[in-house]
Amino acid sequence: MATDVSIAPPLSIRRARRKPRPTPLEYGRKRWLQIVVAFNFLFLYFPIFSLIAFSFNNSKRNVTWQGFTLDFYNQAFHNQGLQEAFARSIIIALCSTAVSTVIGALLGLALYRYRFPFKGPFEGLLYLPIVIPEICMAMAMRSFFGRLGVPLGLVTITISHIAFSFPFVAVVVRSRMSGFDESLEEASRDLGASPAQTFFNVTPPYMTPGIVAGALLAFTLSLDDFVITFFTSGPGSTTFPVKIYSMVRQSVTPEVNAASTVLIALTLTVTVIAMWIQSRSGGKSIAS
Amino acid sequence: MRDWRNEKAAFAILGLPGVFWLFAFFTIPLALIWVYSFCASDQIGAIIWDPFWSNLSLDAYRRALEWINLGIIWKSVWSGALATIICLLMGFPLAMAIAFAPARWKNPLLLLVVLPFWTNLLIRTYAWIAILRTRGFLNASLEWIYDRIAALLGAIGIADALPPFQPLELLYNQPAVIVGLVYVNLPFLVLPLYATLEKFDKSYLEASLDLGASQWRTFFSVLVPLALPGIVSGTVLTFILAIGTYLVPDVLGGTNSLMIGTLIARQFMEARNPPFGAALSFLLMYTTFALLWLRAALAARSKGVDF
Repeated sequence: MATDVSIAPPLSIRRARRKPRPTPLEYGRKRWLQIVVAFNFLFLYFPIFSLIAFSFNNSKRNVTWQGFTLDFYNQAFHNQGLQEAFARSIIIALCSTAVSTVIGALLGLALYRYRFPFKGPFEGLLYLPIVIPEICMAMAMRSFFGRLGVPLGLVTITISHIAFSFPFVAVVVRSRMSGFDESLEEASRDLGASPAQTFFNVTPPYMTPGIVAGALLAFTLSLDDFVITFFTSGPGSTTFPVKIYSMVRQSVTPEVNAASTVLIALTLTVTVIAMWIQSRSGGKSIAS
Repeated sequence: MRDWRNEKAAFAILGLPGVFWLFAFFTIPLALIWVYSFCASDQIGAIIWDPFWSNLSLDAYRRALEWINLGIIWKSVWSGALATIICLLMGFPLAMAIAFAPARWKNPLLLLVVLPFWTNLLIRTYAWIAILRTRGFLNASLEWIYDRIAALLGAIGIADALPPFQPLELLYNQPAVIVGLVYVNLPFLVLPLYATLEKFDKSYLEASLDLGASQWRTFFSVLVPLALPGIVSGTVLTFILAIGTYLVPDVLGGTNSLMIGTLIARQFMEARNPPFGAALSFLLMYTTFALLWLRAALAARSKGVDF
């Protein structure tokens, strides 16, 4: 019967059902946009991935893949200069993190709790180490230590690292505290706790995720910094990034790539932990 | 929020360590080179101190206006601007794709954008050496393509039409610096753009398309004007970061691809002219502050716009 024919939808609709064409606003399904996005990600990742891949490549200088090896890791691991630089970087990062976490967390809490004169300008000043070009801060620190006659070395590097790290900690802790419910403190007081008890038992547990995230951020900032470290370091205080820099100046070898890969892995791990703590505690992302 | 006067002791304990560090190890060093910028220095680069401040002058600032230095400043500005424009051309479609992607794709894609800037800046920069050098990946790929074309021409009988492949000089020049600037700053442009496009009400686009405008017209007359706060915020941030960079021209640039950052470092080091370096630092910082202020002012103004 002819009715069978009329039940079947027209050809164009049938085709549409099989693979619906993107609606005008589904930009994500437009071919040209997918190509642009793919190009962007290729651009962002190719340099890093090729660097990591060639740290495993069994060849000294070729641009072709010659097989997998861990020789260059072994070589980098036994390179005494790299070893010492790595130990120095870790020591500096730990000291800088300890100090900047304490003063940053306290300052973040002060900024959250108190109204005080010139608060606006002070906050602006606190943001300065974050926004000014690194080279300007590096030169200021270098001139400052030079004027005081302090020999450049581990101490000057650590002081400078604290100076640019603790504002980040203060900002992270403060943004964490902005979600704090003041009625918790009132409840504690109502239930008979003294102001000191309230302060030590109610506020710090709430701050903890912010403090930990801030500390991890300070650690990676210190571990990764090159420009300020380079200009506040003296002979015998080469850090890991500075050592990598001096090796790159001679030649980009698989050994440098291996050392770099170790640093990348270390920073990424610390950052991922920080992100995880922050997302678990419902705080704001540190990436923004 | 409480008044500090009611809890002076607690306020002091919380605030003073940070205030001390910020003043002693940041503000004073900056103030010191600010004073340096008005001083003179001797042959070995030592600042000449005068107890009566009588030798203060603007000589160092005047020096920034000399042709050779203006040339370097100009080079920084156009390199920064060009890098920013390329970032915008690459980053806008990317931000758009993420903002219009299905919800479950958004966070993974964003994470992919920010992940590279958690890797060390120096490493990210020098990674380009392996790509751009004479026997690097890019030249190797180009040679491969070139050889295929040559073979193809050989097959149709004009074998000698092409001379042997000459590797391109891609590293240690200004284009390499610009590639590096785009690479390290791209995420700084994509994030603010994404933040704006994400809040954007898509029904404006639907309305525009329903009323008969083409996709192009909708893009340029509806999407771009409404995304302008994000575009301005991202481009200003990228430009600030690009002109103030030290590392990228140092690692990827050649002997004459100096930028302001390199020039500043050189004054404090080999050139032994700290006053001039200090003056340049402050000119760079004033530019940074002016642009940040502009960005904040524009952001405040655009708050009135209904998204």
